[in-house]
Amino acid sequence: MGLEEKLPAGVALTTVEQVVGLARKSSMWPATFGLACCAIEMMSVGGPHYDLARFGMEKFGATPRQADLMVVAGRVSQKMAPVLRQIYDQMPEPKWVIAMGVCASSGGMFNNYAIVQGVDHIVPVDMYLPGCPPRPEMFLDAVLKLHDKVQNTKLGAHREQEITETEERMLRRSLPLVTKD
Amino acid sequence: MTVTEDYIDASGGDWDDVVEKAQGTRAERLVVNMGPQHPSTHGVLRLILTLDGETCTEARVGIGYLHTGIEKNMEYRTWTQGTTFVTRMDYLTPLFNETAYCLAVEKLLDVTDRVPERASVIRVMLMELNRMASHFVAMATFGMELGATTVMTNGFREREMILDIFELVTGLRMNHAYVRPGGVAQDLPPGAVGKIRELLKEMPKRIQVMRKLLDENPLYLARTQDVAYLNLPGCMALGVTGPLVRASGLAWDLRKAKPYCGYEDYEFDVPVSDGGDVYARYRVRIAEMEESLKIVEQCLDKLRPGPVMIEDAKIGWPAKLALGPDGLGNSPDHIAHIMSGSMEALIHHFKLVTEGFRVPAGQAYAAVESAKGELGCYAVSDGGTRPHRVHFRDPSFTHLQAVAAMCEGGTVADVIAAVASIDPVMGGVDR
Amino acid sequence: MSNENERDEAAENLPDQLGRERLAAPVRRTGMFGANTTGDTSGFGGLQVRGSAPAHSRRPFTDPGDPRTADFDRVADDLEAALTGIGRQSDVERVEVDRGEITFHVRREALLELVRVLRDDPALRYELCTGVVGVHFPEDAGRELHAVYHFRSITHNSEIRVCTTCPDADPHLPSIVSVYPTNDWHEREAWDFFGMVFDGHPALTRIQMPDDWHGHPQRKDYPLGGVPVEYRGATVPPPDERRSYQ
Repeated sequence: MGLEEKLPAGVALTTVEQVVGLARKSSMWPATFGLACCAIEMMSVGGPHYDLARFGMEKFGATPRQADLMVVAGRVSQKMAPVLRQIYDQMPEPKWVIAMGVCASSGGMFNNYAIVQGVDHIVPVDMYLPGCPPRPEMFLDAVLKLHDKVQNTKLGAHREQEITETEERMLRRSLPLVTKD
Repeated sequence: MTVTEDYIDASGGDWDDVVEKAQGTRAERLVVNMGPQHPSTHGVLRLILTLDGETCTEARVGIGYLHTGIEKNMEYRTWTQGTTFVTRMDYLTPLFNETAYCLAVEKLLDVTDRVPERASVIRVMLMELNRMASHFVAMATFGMELGATTVMTNGFREREMILDIFELVTGLRMNHAYVRPGGVAQDLPPGAVGKIRELLKEMPKRIQVMRKLLDENPLYLARTQDVAYLNLPGCMALGVTGPLVRASGLAWDLRKAKPYCGYEDYEFDVPVSDGGDVYARYRVRIAEMEESLKIVEQCLDKLRPGPVMIEDAKIGWPAKLALGPDGLGNSPDHIAHIMSGSMEALIHHFKLVTEGFRVPAGQAYAAVESAKGELGCYAVSDGGTRPHRVHFRDPSFTHLQAVAAMCEGGTVADVIAAVASIDPVMGGVDR
Repeated sequence: MSNENERDEAAENLPDQLGRERLAAPVRRTGMFGANTTGDTSGFGGLQVRGSAPAHSRRPFTDPGDPRTADFDRVADDLEAALTGIGRQSDVERVEVDRGEITFHVRREALLELVRVLRDDPALRYELCTGVVGVHFPEDAGRELHAVYHFRSITHNSEIRVCTTCPDADPHLPSIVSVYPTNDWHEREAWDFFGMVFDGHPALTRIQMPDDWHGHPQRKDYPLGGVPVEYRGATVPPPDERRSYQ
């Protein structure tokens, strides 16, 4: 006999976290960080064929101050790395990062002096999106998965607890080695 | 915030302070750092603009923010693997990069005449389709940067049609690595010709839509006519080629002047305009797309059945690909052939795949008329299975030097139009 | 005169002469499979592969069987005449015709005057320079750094290559920006990647690498700089450190 039963029809109960999550994910404003080939695919996603506006993300802005998602699309060179970090720092919290393509995720095929071997050396990455370049559908998939993550982001003390738990779990977990058996 | 007698750094701090300090000085010269992260710079281009009010008195270009070390990486890979790298340079014209590279390698191998006819026709056809795709993006991003979103959405929609064909033929939308030394990676799949014919039917209408939208649009004309003027002597001094030099009145096109891949057998015109401004460049590009359609049509008529890779077993990549459930895969026929049919084929396969072919020592320069201009590939071999050095003369790299000549003295808004009309792709500029 | 030439040519083609030239060429690689870390079990450990001696073509440069070489004799004659006019004809060390391309190897002191002639002489008129390419040959002692220029004449629809060299110890070349402004960035790139100093360049600074970068990354003595990649417990070394066929 909880509160639910006494409510009139048309009212749903939820948590503040879920409401905030819904609000955040429904209208993400990405800061484009188009670097290379992936940037063109990212622009294709914004185009009419794939239409990112369906997910409330059509406002691709270059200003980091009004953005909460950074899509690092392409290879990050040593010369670009400080710029990227500065842009990231200029974004207000909360913020998320998608590493689009293998170059941004791990350096990809360019294992050399010029390229940062994964943008996670510079900024924390929430979603790694493989592909060279990823198809627009893959980008949409990454966006939906990120939406899921944003929706279920905890707040306040819950968030701190979550971070501690994750950290402990990661420390306990053995590395995924090739199994000997 | 730092203030000296006539120097205010407004890169951080409280805006009110900046305004207050600015009102207290007589400094009028404003140095604006535009990029490398900016929506209107076509990728990670950095412009350092000195402004006097709205007038741009000095424009300097900073590049290198996308330097990838591709040329160095290629020195550690076989000649065939090189195509995988070059296709990622100027990522809007991947097939031109590949063809320029393969023509240079073929020249080094001295097999230019032995590349099969069908492979050359396929190369030409894909290059012309690529030219259209690249020009569509050039116009789309140009529109976007000037605030004309319709142009952008239209351009990207039209480009998707071409990408569908690329995906069918090469397996990828971008970064194809389809053109290989000695020919192309595999033959056209069934249905490709029909799909290209469909495109030929539909595309003229789409180009017409673009023309109707832009050709006499007063807003577009106001933003493009007499903007970023560059005359022919300027073009020559700065090494400008491609649509830019043709928009300055010189009908210089490597497809006509130094034909490669059998371009001498195709009938097409070289569009020229003598405006020398942004609008003239647009007119040249859109007319080139119509010419490209003509060439693609002739390619379809020229397609004769035959091999698409050089017959020389020591050079031609042996594996014929088949269409597997997840895109491209190994051909079961080929595997059966090398594993149980022919010992010699197995040896060739093994040698080519593990070691690659040896290229006689020497140097070669091959140039193609890419969508942006003269794309040259200079390859040096020391006789081994890997390049000693490969260098690309990228048109965007050379053309960006013209930004100062185009922008200085104009307004700051015209800088955007000038850079967009060059159509630089930073992947090619920085390599 | 013609007899003398014939005798020269004959001497040049004697097997003894060719063999000596061959042995004088630098060793490109030893062994078969690039096995430098552990013992070479291939049996080819003592193999020495030599590079080719500098190629030297003789007139006529035009090969009637190769249409690509059609105007080479004319270009060579016109260039020689123009250089004689300024007393620089001896600075063209050798001419090489290979794979339908003609290369003039010139001494670096003469480069600037040569390119001015190339651009301004009505018979030559090479309006377009497609930039300079640096190439590093560590084994080519005394001429380690090569600077390669391609010139294109729109008037005559002709294309030539000019090659000049400088030693690692003294990496100075004249800048040709005063004649071909388009070479501005190309020379900066060659400085950035190879450390060639172009004397007379208006602002020779790094262009691709960050300003505070150390070294010139595309030289052969600069490592590729890759990192080992670990995947599920196994490690793949970067491409330049892998044992592989060469």
